[in-house]
Amino acid sequence: MNIENIKSQFPIFSKKVNGKPLVYLDSSNSSQKPLSVINRLDSFYKNEFSNIGRSIHSLSVNATNKFDETRESVKKFINADTKEEIIFTKNATESINLVASTFGQQNIKKGDEILITELEHHSNYVPWHYLRENKGAVIKFAPINDDGDIIISELEKLISSKTKIIAVTHLSNVTGTIVPVKEIIDIAHKKNIPVLVDGCQSAPHLKIDVKDLDCDFYAISGHKVYGPTGVGILYAKKKWLEQLPPYIGGGGMINEVKKDRISYAQLPEKYEAGTMATAEVVAFNESIKFMDAIGIENLVNHERELTNYALEKLKTINSVNVIGNPKNKAGVISFTIKDVHPHDIATILDEDGVAIRAGHHCCQILHDRLNLTATARASFGVYNTKEDVDILCKAIENCRKVFDLK
Amino acid sequence: MDLKELYQDIILEHGKSPRNFGKCIGHNHEAKGYNPLCGDQVHVYLKLNEKKNVEELTFEGSGCAISMASTSIMTELVKGKSFETAKEIINDFLNMIKSGSVMTTKDLDEDQKTKIMSLSGVKQYPMRVKCATLSWHTLVSALDGKKNEVNTEKVD
Repeated sequence: MNIENIKSQFPIFSKKVNGKPLVYLDSSNSSQKPLSVINRLDSFYKNEFSNIGRSIHSLSVNATNKFDETRESVKKFINADTKEEIIFTKNATESINLVASTFGQQNIKKGDEILITELEHHSNYVPWHYLRENKGAVIKFAPINDDGDIIISELEKLISSKTKIIAVTHLSNVTGTIVPVKEIIDIAHKKNIPVLVDGCQSAPHLKIDVKDLDCDFYAISGHKVYGPTGVGILYAKKKWLEQLPPYIGGGGMINEVKKDRISYAQLPEKYEAGTMATAEVVAFNESIKFMDAIGIENLVNHERELTNYALEKLKTINSVNVIGNPKNKAGVISFTIKDVHPHDIATILDEDGVAIRAGHHCCQILHDRLNLTATARASFGVYNTKEDVDILCKAIENCRKVFDLK
Repeated sequence: MDLKELYQDIILEHGKSPRNFGKCIGHNHEAKGYNPLCGDQVHVYLKLNEKKNVEELTFEGSGCAISMASTSIMTELVKGKSFETAKEIINDFLNMIKSGSVMTTKDLDEDQKTKIMSLSGVKQYPMRVKCATLSWHTLVSALDGKKNEVNTEKVD
């Protein structure tokens, strides 16, 4: 697949925004969808729709098989051992909530410690906060340095005999920091502490190998990996899924239901109650095929080149300040412009068809740490080009002009 | 819409050098406002005299050009007005920004009308309406002596 022509596979790029070609730099928020994914949703609803796993008829058998094929593809995509370790959820947020709730119910008592980091998205903090509220758990934050890298030695010092789980992002959605999660997992496992990795940002941008990482839990949002909304993935080691209690109760997740007792289904159904996002999961298979066709190495190289190009170019614009300078950085660039609020930047860039995000990006802890209330953020997907970066920089110059900056 | 209609010179100038910034001496009412979408905060300080006239009105906080300018202009316009007139101007302004209705208040001079109308372009940018209205809602809260922080996600 030719990476240079990839934009043509995304119908949205034939649309104009404010009369200008769309320059979409908000993929950390959610990615755009290739035609193959959109067509699969369409064809499934038109020709194949049925609920899965409940009926004997042919449509249901086919839908169940197609649903299962995506599970198999996800297994391969992240190199899990078995399909039973792949649970479909609504999004990464739900995946993390699932773990926090079930793990917490079973393993957290008053005074126990949960170790997270200053880089975390709210979705990898708030679910643990519930355990602080409901169970009296203590949340510790591993600090970062000014470059946006987690200080591993400090993280290590925060581990105590009361630490029950470590939850850490693989890739920061603000600084673009690629976190050395394997190193953290090694440290944790030496002390028998399980690790949850928030892979929401990394899944579309890095090679994911849960076996190599040896993580206990890995959370992914399908909509960031060129897939439909409503598809999340939780990878968990089988031993955890067998040991932990179920999460949402209802149809599909039971084995036997009597007035005096209920037993639960096998994996992975134990964690998939109610009607799932069937069509979306089926279509998500096309997203994985799309990623495979590009090849993760090509994708990583393309995005690295683009990021370096953008960083060099932004350096030459007066009053632009890029947030963080991590050792390993992916295609997420948060920045400020002196004397211009990020919301004003976003409005002005939008007039040029440039879609960025402004705000705290669901990372208030990180913004507090950096003494910022808000930042502007340009984030790349595989479809972005150097031309997009040029248009971004031109739009930033226009923004400086509106505000009459010298 | 032309960006210049949103970022008019008056707005840029007030955004850069907001009037009545800081804590006024002798304030007897105050209220805080918060926009959880962007983290912007505003703190309004108000001195009502015994006739319930707005004797002093100042603010502290940080925000975008729209919110800073809107707050700055608000303090200029409402300062010196009676309680009832202040409420009338606020309602007029909020209606203009939200539904595009015409300002009907007769208590503003031409210069003040020009200033308040400079904010009318905001209604074309739905995502920015809250930037412009946060401090006005916060002023209502201060006038009414309400205790809770104003939150842009919890007001109409």
